Amino acid sequence: MIRIVLPAHLRTLAKISGEVELEVNGPVTQRSLLDALEARYPMLQGTIRDHVTQQRRAFVRFFACQEDLSHESPDEVLPDAVVSGAEPFLVVGAIAGG
Amino acid sequence: MSKVRVLVGTRKGAFILESDGKRQKWDVSGPHFAGWELYHVKGSPVDPNRLYASQSSGWFGQLIQRSDDGGKTWEPMDNKFVYDGVPGTHQWYDGTPHPWEFKRVWHLEPSLTDPDTVYAGVEDAAMFRTTDGAKSWQELSGLRGHGSGSRWQPGAGGLGLHTILLDPSDPKRMYIAISAAGAFRTDDGGTTWKPINRGLKSEYIPDPNAEVGHCVHRIALHRSRPNVLFMQKHWDVMRTDDAGEQWREVSGNLPTDFGFVIDVHAHEPETIYVVPIKSDREHYPMDGKLRVYRSKTGGDEWEPLTKGLPQSDCYVDVLREAMAVDSLDSCGVYFGTTGGQVYASADAGDSWMPIVRDLPAVLSVEVQTLP
Repeated sequence: MIRIVLPAHLRTLAKISGEVELEVNGPVTQRSLLDALEARYPMLQGTIRDHVTQQRRAFVRFFACQEDLSHESPDEVLPDAVVSGAEPFLVVGAIAGG
Repeated sequence: MSKVRVLVGTRKGAFILESDGKRQKWDVSGPHFAGWELYHVKGSPVDPNRLYASQSSGWFGQLIQRSDDGGKTWEPMDNKFVYDGVPGTHQWYDGTPHPWEFKRVWHLEPSLTDPDTVYAGVEDAAMFRTTDGAKSWQELSGLRGHGSGSRWQPGAGGLGLHTILLDPSDPKRMYIAISAAGAFRTDDGGTTWKPINRGLKSEYIPDPNAEVGHCVHRIALHRSRPNVLFMQKHWDVMRTDDAGEQWREVSGNLPTDFGFVIDVHAHEPETIYVVPIKSDREHYPMDGKLRVYRSKTGGDEWEPLTKGLPQSDCYVDVLREAMAVDSLDSCGVYFGTTGGQVYASADAGDSWMPIVRDLPAVLSVEVQTLP
């Protein structure tokens, strides 16, 4: 089971409390994980990735296992600890604006 | 007894202010969508409990919310605004071509006849329409495609389509305004558009009389005379009596003709309101005095309205979407400030009182008159 932690604004939007737990079919990548997340919570479409380009929005970051994965390929397989559910995949609103 | 519901969009959420027809005591609810920017909230004229809200954030982009119970509960709707075909380019601030990119929805204009039809004005400037209650949006791409789009250039706040006026006498006629491209009109329901900027004069563009490039801040009309439009341009208050074919300046004795808002009295089509702002360099009222100016002659002759408004040390701004009127017998006038105040007048502007004083910066004010 994959664990995802969303920022507070997106938890409110999707009416989620706490972590999201998802099953992902096939290789677990940023793309497959976010596809599964958006399939369960369609209101999140466009809030993490651009609707058209599917690129990460500029002020959103992806962290896991104390690493910043934001600039990894969306098709790179995520760390084993995320795939096994030992560690969550964090979607973070970047610090911006002071 | 009639009621009024004031829909307020702010930098940090939406607020709903409700009162009976006396408009002296107010109930305040909110913030709705706390922490998000609410560029605009507006109700359907056909079904007043149907509200639409434009919710956005620099982090998480654009959302559209819909309420079917007057703002008590909301549901996120489709937020996918995709330009038709190859979007092409408009001018960037430095004059270079810049690809059209969707940023946010500035304005939502519900249809006068169908609660499921809404027009959306967006940045980068384009017009979208839903006919299924915001379950999906389609661009009316004839606006960007009419020929001058590649010459449009953003104002300081972005290339936003911020005003949409629907002609109550002709469902195929609409007016829109874009900063900083100007005003446009369609006579065929949005398929084709024409610029309607003749008579505007803007010293801040290379050709002051150009067909497009004018920084129109707001236009307004009275539903009984939809061919008469009033405009607050960047500088200059303007009027047209022929649906935009020719404009003339009606700034008259205003202390400054820079400003953002303009609106028309609900029952007197020649009575109009503006809030003069000192200049485009300062963006606050002159002399620290917050004054609404009213003309009962359709422009040229203006009187200051000050009773109940701060007349010293006031340095707030009043943004383009932040004025509205109700349609009670004694017309109510409302406006919000960047200092978080929402002022109301229940006597057509003769006197004012703050409904709230300490909201986040107000981006938009709309009013519903309810039975």
